[in-house]
Amino acid sequence: MMRALVLPLGALALVALFPMSGATFYVELTTKIMIMAIFALSLDLLVGWTGLVSFGHAAYFGVGAYTLALLSPKVAAAGLWSSLALAIGVAALCALVVGVFVLRTRGIYFIMVTLAFAQMFYFVFHDTKIGGGSDGRYVNVKPDASIAGFTPFDLDKPVHVYYVVLVVLLLVFAFLQLLLRSPFGRALQGIRANEQRMRALGFPVTHYKLAAFTIAGALAGLAGYLLAAQSGFVNPELVSWHQSGNVLLMVILGGAGTPYGPIVGAFALTMLHELFSTLTRHWQLWLGISIVLIVLFMPGGLAHLMRRVRRGLFGGGRDG
Amino acid sequence: MDIVAIQLLNAVQYGLLLFLVASGLTLIFGIMGIINLAHGSFYMLGAYMAFTLSSLTGSLAVAMVLGVVLSVVIGLVLEWTLFSHLYKRDHLEQVLLTYGLILIFEELRSLIVGNDVHGVPVPALFGGSIALVDTMTYPVYRLVMSGVCLAIAAGMYVLIQRTRLGMTIRAGASNREMVGVLGVNVNLVFRIVFALGVALAAFAGMLAAPVSSVYPGMGQQVLIICFVVVVIGGIGSVWGALVASLLIGLVDTFGKVLVPEYAGVAVYLLMAAILLWRPEGLFRRG
Amino acid sequence: MNQRHNALRALAAAVALAFVASPALAQEKVKVGFMLPYTGTFAALGNAITNGFKLAIAEQGGKLGGRDIDYVTVDDESDPAKAPENVNKLIKRDNVDVIVGTVHSGVAMAMAKAAKDNNALLLIPNAGQDEITGPLCAPNIIRTSFSNSSPGYAMGKVAADRGYKTVVTLAWKYAAGDQSVGGFKEAFEKGGGKVVKELSLPFPTVEFQPFLTEIASIKPDAVYVFFAGGGAVKLVKDYDAAGLRKTIPLLGPGFLTDGTLEAQGASAEGLLTTLHYADELDNPKNNAFRAAYKKAYNVEPDVYAMQGYDTGQLLAAGTKAVGGDMKKRDALIKAMQTAKIDSPRGPFSLSKANNPVQDIYLRQVVNKQNKAIGIAIKGYADPAVGCKM
Repeated sequence: MMRALVLPLGALALVALFPMSGATFYVELTTKIMIMAIFALSLDLLVGWTGLVSFGHAAYFGVGAYTLALLSPKVAAAGLWSSLALAIGVAALCALVVGVFVLRTRGIYFIMVTLAFAQMFYFVFHDTKIGGGSDGRYVNVKPDASIAGFTPFDLDKPVHVYYVVLVVLLLVFAFLQLLLRSPFGRALQGIRANEQRMRALGFPVTHYKLAAFTIAGALAGLAGYLLAAQSGFVNPELVSWHQSGNVLLMVILGGAGTPYGPIVGAFALTMLHELFSTLTRHWQLWLGISIVLIVLFMPGGLAHLMRRVRRGLFGGGRDG
Repeated sequence: MDIVAIQLLNAVQYGLLLFLVASGLTLIFGIMGIINLAHGSFYMLGAYMAFTLSSLTGSLAVAMVLGVVLSVVIGLVLEWTLFSHLYKRDHLEQVLLTYGLILIFEELRSLIVGNDVHGVPVPALFGGSIALVDTMTYPVYRLVMSGVCLAIAAGMYVLIQRTRLGMTIRAGASNREMVGVLGVNVNLVFRIVFALGVALAAFAGMLAAPVSSVYPGMGQQVLIICFVVVVIGGIGSVWGALVASLLIGLVDTFGKVLVPEYAGVAVYLLMAAILLWRPEGLFRRG
Repeated sequence: MNQRHNALRALAAAVALAFVASPALAQEKVKVGFMLPYTGTFAALGNAITNGFKLAIAEQGGKLGGRDIDYVTVDDESDPAKAPENVNKLIKRDNVDVIVGTVHSGVAMAMAKAAKDNNALLLIPNAGQDEITGPLCAPNIIRTSFSNSSPGYAMGKVAADRGYKTVVTLAWKYAAGDQSVGGFKEAFEKGGGKVVKELSLPFPTVEFQPFLTEIASIKPDAVYVFFAGGGAVKLVKDYDAAGLRKTIPLLGPGFLTDGTLEAQGASAEGLLTTLHYADELDNPKNNAFRAAYKKAYNVEPDVYAMQGYDTGQLLAAGTKAVGGDMKKRDALIKAMQTAKIDSPRGPFSLSKANNPVQDIYLRQVVNKQNKAIGIAIKGYADPAVGCKM
């Protein structure tokens, strides 16, 4: 058990100490990666653990982000705790409503309708007066974290933002791990394994799926809120299907249905993106080729690869 | 009221063009069970082919003929090398792999033809406009577009309902294994269907090029709407694709002038409404 | 013998000293970051601006304030979503001394915010977002082009003066489109007219057919549009193909016909536009500029090239005053603000909000050229609402 924790704890230590390096640009980049990791973890609840392939998860991510932007006054700060609660709430509500519609479908249909509903959100933000249109909207002043006069952290400082996001990532990770070990989580995994059987056993399968969909949406909204707070900018592309595709890729690349997979996937995909875009203007070509190769030859993702490597290095035995 | 008639013409023309692209998508879904996100890229491929070939040969018609031939070849090659490996994979892998393909196609286009926005001149034969009402004339080419799309729709009907190949396609859509067991070369049928789908999408791109301009990202815009067409019409149903495309054409065109802010959302609201009533589309096959 | 050794040693020491000292003498290059669209519907504009800028620098001897120049180029793809990341890379990773860009107002907004937050020097050779020299104004943000509402405002005045009573507007739905239409509406309605309907479509789509049909059904006295680049080409052609050119006058800011006349052909003939520049402006600087540009790049320049050119001139004047030392920021900015620029557009100076004060011409397309047929508004300064400088 301890052996299995060495690598993750080591990585955590590295990440926790990174801001000491002082490279602001890269500290901000890592913050963004951690936010995407939260986003990917939320999607994995659906894809990896419940077997629901949602191609429209960016909708709730965007809703969380836009809620902050809409709540932020032009020249003052929004209260962090209240706006955060509201953002998560609105995202959860949207996921609930959409879930009622999309969970009527199955298989390919499900994938397509989740995509289509996300597009609906995209057009709401892109075309109507709610958002700032295609130009997006700004969060002019970062949210204020004070509670009763005490300000635990200042979101204007990149290093504070970094640690806040890191703590949230750890909390979300812990929450999901606990959830998955609970009866509810076990039921979800049962649904992924064999839905008919679960139904025969008397489980209200659709209700479980809807609950998972809503929780995933809420967590995505949390990630979106953090992104808006960090970058100070929201625009409809946050809700585009490219964003949905991106986060799905992160989950698969890292390894769906594994604890660390989404986090690893978020880091790996962003690193790949950075690597390719510094090398050439046509980085999308290499990214596309990488995706094709990964799907063809590495469907278990990096987590699967890691397991094989670890087994090779440390010998067989406990699967971990 | 003349104006309503003209807007109807606009709506039908848009819907028919959409049908051309979506029918390929729904056929590939229905027959082969493959979800292909790169379908929009074939549309873009067609448009860029129209641009480059018509600049080279000086004639859009010649470019179209060449383009269709090229698309069929490309479709056959793609199916043989890549897509045939996807039949056994699950939907998620298909989604991701074809998503990667979109990126590859976009960049290949960028490398080969560049990223500029291009216009394609309307063929001189159809370059005029007919006066339909006193203030405005209607471009002849748009009428030609609608006509060509209808002709192709009719041709597809004949192919699917009246030919041996069509029979095999319909059978394959219902039960692939049985058809294979009965001795039909299922792989060949799939290859043909795929190439047909590619050619349809590419042809639609070529047809639309003079009217919508040729620009990067045009494939992705049309792809999402095609998904909505398939969801509303039902997977595998060409008739459903036609009805859904026309519905969407109407909602989109009238939406743009009546409720411009909500035109984009309107199409999805339509889809949501239909999903409530028929979760598997209007004309779900077997 | 000793003397010779000493002399050699002295020579060697002198040479060594020269090598050691030369890094101090070898000056830091001036790092200029271009953030412009090189792909997409505004690609031609990005290229024209870059060409104009480099022409101005070449005319000054290819250096800025006596120092060599390092160019860093970023293609912003006219995509506001990628803008914060792109500009952050220029400021924080590439550490450029000055950013030059861009065309799209939404992208420029992100650039202006980043420039303000990081106190980076930003020169804007096109994007007309009103807020940039309004609430967002700052000493380190200087614009050499226009603000979105200005050409529209001028055309609104022209339309009212010509006796048009009803107008329908059509534009891309983003900051530039909204503000251009807003400027037109303000002046037009002040002059007694009424904008009866405002139509819009998402940037950068070009499916105009339903809107042209709608315009034909409303039958206004005139139509005011905002489009640029590839979109402008298509609109003018489609408007003609729908038979509207002969029946309902088409008005617009000069972007409708600048850099696009070759592609638009006969469809653009006779179109009236307003802009702070016209091809045939007969002043010595414009004649010289056009000749030099044509010689260097083999195409006619347009307003975008001219704006790039003036940006180059402005930066050159500023860096000359500080001897190329980009760290002397205040002196550099002051030099640019007070520089006497000889612009091809005619009289040019900077307002307190760092926005141009200039004449806005009324132009008509005659024989594939934008001919100035009058001055719509002389010495127009954008009101810079909200600027606290």
